[in-house]
Amino acid sequence: MKKRVLSLLLVALMTASLLVGCGGSSGSSSGGGSSAETAAPIDAPEGKIINIYSWNTEFQTRVEAVYDKVDHTSDDGTITYLTDGAEIHWIINPNTDGVYQNKLDEALLRQSSAATDEKVDMFLSETDYVVKYTDADVNVAIPLTTLGIDPATDLKDQYDFTKVVASDANGVQRGSTWQGCPCLLVYRRDIANDVFGTDDPDEIAAICGDWSKMKDAAAQLKAKGYFTFASYADTFRSYGNSISAPWVTGTTLTVDPRIMEWISDSKEWVDAGYLDKTIKGQWNDDWNKSMSSKSKVFAFMFPAWGIDFVLTPNWDGPAGSWGVTTGPQAFNWGGSFIHGCVGTDNPEHVKEIILALTANADNMTKITREYTEFTNNRPVMNSFATDESFGTEFLGGENPFKYFGPAAEGIQMTTLSPYDQGCVELIQNSFGDYLQGLVDFDKAKSNFEIAIKERYPDLTEIVWPS
Amino acid sequence: MDDKKQQKSISYAKWGYIFILPFFICFFIFSFIPLLDTIRYSFYEYYRSGLKEVGPNFVGLGNYIALLKSDLLKYAGNTFILWMIGFVPQIVIALILAAWFTDARLKIHGEQFFKVVIYLPNLIMASAFAMLFFTMFSNAGPVNSILQSLGWIKAPIDFMGSVGGTRSLVGLMNFLMWFGNTSIMLMAAIMGISPELFEAASLDGCNHTQIFFKITLPLIRPILSYTLITSLIGGLQMFDVPQILTNGQGSPDRTSYTLIMFLNSHLKASNYGMAGALSVYLFIVSGILCFIVYRMMNDDGEKKPKRNKKEAVK
Repeated sequence: MKKRVLSLLLVALMTASLLVGCGGSSGSSSGGGSSAETAAPIDAPEGKIINIYSWNTEFQTRVEAVYDKVDHTSDDGTITYLTDGAEIHWIINPNTDGVYQNKLDEALLRQSSAATDEKVDMFLSETDYVVKYTDADVNVAIPLTTLGIDPATDLKDQYDFTKVVASDANGVQRGSTWQGCPCLLVYRRDIANDVFGTDDPDEIAAICGDWSKMKDAAAQLKAKGYFTFASYADTFRSYGNSISAPWVTGTTLTVDPRIMEWISDSKEWVDAGYLDKTIKGQWNDDWNKSMSSKSKVFAFMFPAWGIDFVLTPNWDGPAGSWGVTTGPQAFNWGGSFIHGCVGTDNPEHVKEIILALTANADNMTKITREYTEFTNNRPVMNSFATDESFGTEFLGGENPFKYFGPAAEGIQMTTLSPYDQGCVELIQNSFGDYLQGLVDFDKAKSNFEIAIKERYPDLTEIVWPS
Repeated sequence: MDDKKQQKSISYAKWGYIFILPFFICFFIFSFIPLLDTIRYSFYEYYRSGLKEVGPNFVGLGNYIALLKSDLLKYAGNTFILWMIGFVPQIVIALILAAWFTDARLKIHGEQFFKVVIYLPNLIMASAFAMLFFTMFSNAGPVNSILQSLGWIKAPIDFMGSVGGTRSLVGLMNFLMWFGNTSIMLMAAIMGISPELFEAASLDGCNHTQIFFKITLPLIRPILSYTLITSLIGGLQMFDVPQILTNGQGSPDRTSYTLIMFLNSHLKASNYGMAGALSVYLFIVSGILCFIVYRMMNDDGEKKPKRNKKEAVK
């Protein structure tokens, strides 16, 4: 009898421990433990773990470079130890296919029930979807004033368009960025010399100054066996970021005439052989290889981060082979906004990091110097633009800021909607098939309608320009 | 005495149930309830727009009808074609290999070694395998480079830019991953055939082909159909290979878009209602297939005693 009781007890224990195991592994949604349930109010002592959601390591390298409390980063790059004993945990998910936003959304929905060390403390958003997170109703990004940052004084040197983009509908700024992303024409000097007989930025600017000139240049490049740009996706942003109205209003998606121009122009360029038909969009292996020394691609339209983060790692030839100049059109591409997340237990760290990266002129000078990044600080950028001694080795000693500065001044960003990323990604995919000659125009249209409704079930109507 | 014994045996059975109880509790909480929830939500309009939740609003069979009106059948067709491209070579090669390895007269050395080798591709994660193929067959990838340097082709072949190319690659990967598994299963089936039958056939002057078609094939038929059905169920759930290879787009023109990729895109939009309805469709199809397997296995069980009886009569 005793034995029976004992074994019953053991079984009960085993069952219980098993269930506990299950509960633990099922994540914080079921409440990891009661002790951790007490959500920290904003003035509670700072937590020891700062969780930062991002889609690549760009932000991480900037923080490591300029945040004065950084001690060292673990070998696998997932944890950065700070001198005050706190740790930054980097949670990185790729942007492609909406993965990053899904992971972030999951975490944000769990935010209120998550243990303090599991909570999202900071997250990044891109221009394509910053609006989704700065929305006042959603209230996931902390207004900067709540953190103790006054945009009017602390961030007075930032470019205005970056502040507008990071504000909600009531004009409350809920994020801040350290970068501005005006795009320039980044071209291969050897190809320029071969085709145009010069690699001087100002002369190339004259040759490629607007789209009609660019087309003449493309024909010359084609005659010598070169492609002007890698793929149709490379020109998309110059059209897509100059649309006249937001993609979505209410539940109606309106395709802008500029997008239709991109489709017809791209078709013309692909058929004429000005673009490399085999490169299907960006961010893939073929695209990366089109930036190598063996490639026949003349130019890319990149903002400063593109030169540092995309072009430099993919280039295998000697430094100084690339040049930058004003392209056929000024436009903004990307931009990473830093947000403090509502519910964070590390408001002080969040404030420090935002200020260190986006308000400190010395730090921004350092970022620009080290990564050739266009930082979001007018005086710093102006001083770089006029600094004759500054030049980048990668660009053959050229000072790109001479061209970036004016491009940034002309940027208007008022047509954002929370649906932009899906629209931008899916229209390129659907019409990619059309540009490859795999489907006809109407099929591409209907493919886009199907895909966009799958991504955003609340869209009811899609209007194409007549 | 007798009474006591009986009591003991009953209580042992009880312990048996108690020991398997944890599994059933876990299954109930973590599989069964979510399953019922999935079915329940399939009747609701329930999704997230950005960070705002919409629903759940009861819409009856709305989701099911909307799915039928969408390209559901096209994706089912894609899934079937992709599965066929992989399955046909898989079963043919597996049969040949199984016949060779088990043939007593061929006496192949290092059988164990080859068994391991053909099984190896199955150990690689499907997504890693797809990544590998994506890189290998890209326009600037090693396959095109090799073909070009050999002078066989002038311009790179755009494998993933054509319908046939993408589908063949998916089929090839599924074939490579699963032919070893099938071979080993068929080998076991062939080895289960009484060697006397092979000997008798040889004595009667059968050649290899005759033995294969007249003896081996008919006797492993139950295992063959089992392989077919389980592979069909597996094929129905095809996801990781085409997802990674086409970057989730099923490109070109969604011709490699499978049912589970379709489900995945609904889940990504957090459209739980629509995803639930699609899951129910898949559940019904898998359920029918499982029922066929179950019947087959049971029929097998019934046949055996019959055969024994016949033998006894002999």
